[in-house]
Amino acid sequence: MEVHTTILGILQQTRIAKIEKVKIGGDFIYLYSIWESVTDDQKMSELVCRKLQQETLLALFGEREAVTIPSIFIYGHTGTGKSYTVKNILENLQAPHVIIDCVECFTTKLLFERILGGLSRKVPSPENDYTCQIRCENMNDFARLLKQVITDIGCESETVYIILDKAERLREMDANILPAFLRLQELTGCNICVLLLSEIVWEKFRFGTGYLEPYILHFPDYTKDQILKILQLDVPSNYSEDFYGNYLSLSLSVFYTACRDLTELRHLAKLNFKKYIEPIESGEATVEDTRKLWRNIEPHLKRALQTVYLREISSSQWERMQEKHADNGDKSSLTSSGNISAMVSRSNMELPFYSKYLLIAAYIASYNPAKSDRRFFSKNCGRLSSRMKKNAKKTERTSSQLLGPKPFPLDRLMAIFYSIMEGRITPSAHIFSQISSLVTLQLLGHIQGGDLLDSPKYKCLVSFDGIKSIARTVGFDIVRYLFDFI
Amino acid sequence: MSKRKSTSTLSLLENIKATQQILRKQLCGQSLPHNMYGFEKERSHLFELVKRTATLGESNSVLLVGPRGSGKTMLLKSVLQELKSQTELSEILLEVHLNGLLQTDDRIALKEITRQLQLENTVGDKVFGSFAENLQFLLDALKRGGQETKSIVFILDEFDLFAHHKNQTLLYNLFDVSQSRQAPICVIGLTCRLDVIELLEKRVKSRFSHRQIHLLSDIKFEGYLGQFVSCLSLPDTFQDKTYRKQWNTSIQALAKEDSVRDILRKLYQKSKDLRTLHSLLVLPLCRICENHPQLEAVDLVDSSRYLTQDSKAAMLHGISVLELCLVISMKHLTELYEGEPFNFEMVYNEYRKYAQRRSSMQIFEKPVIMKAFEHLIALELVRPMDGSSSRTQKEYRLLCSLIDSTQVEDSLQTYPGCPTDIRQWAASGVVG
Repeated sequence: MEVHTTILGILQQTRIAKIEKVKIGGDFIYLYSIWESVTDDQKMSELVCRKLQQETLLALFGEREAVTIPSIFIYGHTGTGKSYTVKNILENLQAPHVIIDCVECFTTKLLFERILGGLSRKVPSPENDYTCQIRCENMNDFARLLKQVITDIGCESETVYIILDKAERLREMDANILPAFLRLQELTGCNICVLLLSEIVWEKFRFGTGYLEPYILHFPDYTKDQILKILQLDVPSNYSEDFYGNYLSLSLSVFYTACRDLTELRHLAKLNFKKYIEPIESGEATVEDTRKLWRNIEPHLKRALQTVYLREISSSQWERMQEKHADNGDKSSLTSSGNISAMVSRSNMELPFYSKYLLIAAYIASYNPAKSDRRFFSKNCGRLSSRMKKNAKKTERTSSQLLGPKPFPLDRLMAIFYSIMEGRITPSAHIFSQISSLVTLQLLGHIQGGDLLDSPKYKCLVSFDGIKSIARTVGFDIVRYLFDFI
Repeated sequence: MSKRKSTSTLSLLENIKATQQILRKQLCGQSLPHNMYGFEKERSHLFELVKRTATLGESNSVLLVGPRGSGKTMLLKSVLQELKSQTELSEILLEVHLNGLLQTDDRIALKEITRQLQLENTVGDKVFGSFAENLQFLLDALKRGGQETKSIVFILDEFDLFAHHKNQTLLYNLFDVSQSRQAPICVIGLTCRLDVIELLEKRVKSRFSHRQIHLLSDIKFEGYLGQFVSCLSLPDTFQDKTYRKQWNTSIQALAKEDSVRDILRKLYQKSKDLRTLHSLLVLPLCRICENHPQLEAVDLVDSSRYLTQDSKAAMLHGISVLELCLVISMKHLTELYEGEPFNFEMVYNEYRKYAQRRSSMQIFEKPVIMKAFEHLIALELVRPMDGSSSRTQKEYRLLCSLIDSTQVEDSLQTYPGCPTDIRQWAASGVVG
């Protein structure tokens, strides 16, 4: 179960199933089955709010043996039910079809073999010694074998559907793959319809001398009411629909402005419901007590937006954290959001004393122009001339906070470091080795090229908030030393 | 007679089914149109060439050049069909179909040629020194088999892709054979590149006959309208004559309606390509059913609205309010700095300036905004200036917006429940 949720977490987090390391075999099938279970889960929503699209597709498909258009391109945002609608329709029609995720099949060989295997319904398994896999290396063989497979399963006259999900990945494969799939009907002479699903518009697929244009179909996003209606399908059995609907509109009021992805919203709603009903279960509130429940849940939802939504922690971690809070009954920590963000902390790393100063010096070197060093670090600095001040104010574009860190030589870093350190420090190998460990920690970046031995160049990779918190721990007022803040 | 009466509704259903079957085939490009339009001269030229190869044993090479959807394949198909219908020719004429999309290198192409000439057994395990030797063997094998030499038509679809093969071996050998008197072959290349000759190497170019047939459509609007009628009409071979007459008159009436003419004219002005016309007609045709047995102007209006939808605006419609704010920030940045690239920090700064002024807006943390921004990149509404391999931090990566400012304004008009102050912000210039 733990593995399951972690993998699910990864998949949801990256939206890219990383299967490069997984070879075909047990593992591969396992990953795939997880995807299946996700989609099966969605079966509860029997094509809600997708009537028009369903009708259009059904009309285009026609009868089982009807000639169809060679290819249909379906685009729309993630979670608008593209794959689900298509899958649902084809399953209801019981038409021969195969659904391929182009992220999983990242090479042409995998892609071809999965399509052929899926159509012939032969899965490599222990019973057949994993031997039934059809070998296919190139498009030419694919077209030939596809014809053969279609004859084998007895579907010469029926329309065979090939669904390529996340079709934008096809662009990264060999140049002949995408145009060949669009023309597959002509190339094989079989009654094939290729459906491409993507969240990227068709204009971005065109390349070179152009393709046989597919029929383009748009899946519009759900309206807020439709999203509520779909989320409502998850209503737990022991609570009324109105109560759950109330909860959903509360949770949407927090998340909807930032995110309109249905899967994401659904995940968050499910996750936080337990917290919402907590006062009811403990007897502190009743089902009618909406105001009290809202006050209880609001900080939670806001925090979820900052943590679970960003996948800084996984959902199982989040649940564990919730439980811990509940056990302690620690009401004060619930209200202070700082507590959790410290726990999750994005850059909370305990560094050695000198390293902190090195990092601060690096930040100053990266974000201040070299010309201004004299002004900050020499004893008798002149005031900023009025002309210079004007220049600084003139265009914000020049603000280095917006443009990012500039590379600096090691000498400058050390000079700033010595001047901001109180007391004398002798330069030692100790300090220099800390620089290289900061590079390993990815807090400093080493700039390639140039003289590597005598004057290596670095760049500070810490954000402004990060450096402020580091400076605070050593009691250093960094803002006074930054050119942009004068 | 009695049978017809009792099943009058059924026969309507059957008729609709038959109609759909015939017309779908045509619109999806699987069958040749029953009356072809234009290119009579080109067709007879091509016909003569192939025929001379078949009957006189003359070798030829020709290129059919024309934009996509101009009817190259159709023309060739109809020529071959006509030749094959003459029985004495169908026996001595062999066809080899190659496609640049399938045969991505010459080794695969040669295998495919062997397969299509059904010579796999003859070749067996023989090892050949060179490509030319192999091809020569194949041609000789054909000669030996029959009493008389068979002519082969090589059809190279997507001809320009074959020119990218290493050393252009296949093209060189085919053209070489067609130049010398070895075996009667006819090489027909189909391409949409006008400059295809420039792709050929010198030694290949000199062996090519330089015979090019250009298929450039000069269809007038009246002709286009005629195509509209003809590709929706039922052929004479249709079973139920009365239904056919009824259907065809309804199509002709449809072509006279003003709204239909308007749509067709717009489409014609955009592209004379008949394929776009077909894709306009496919959905209305598919929607025909018992309750809706005739094509109507409304269907076409509907379908054309589908086709002309601005896909980017449609995608913008579905982004969240936060993402919309970022898009507006980017629009302002692009206007302010005259299309120069920007990075995430600048967009964030622009957004923050706005959000601080309006306290009514929910204020988000920077990472949440980053996630929204990355979503926009994933949707390819924003494009990184440098490749993905760049080592700069993602906050400072230079990007440029691919959304036009008019597109932003349009999508704001249609955006569901767009807050008024966002709309004002978008309309106003830069926030001071």
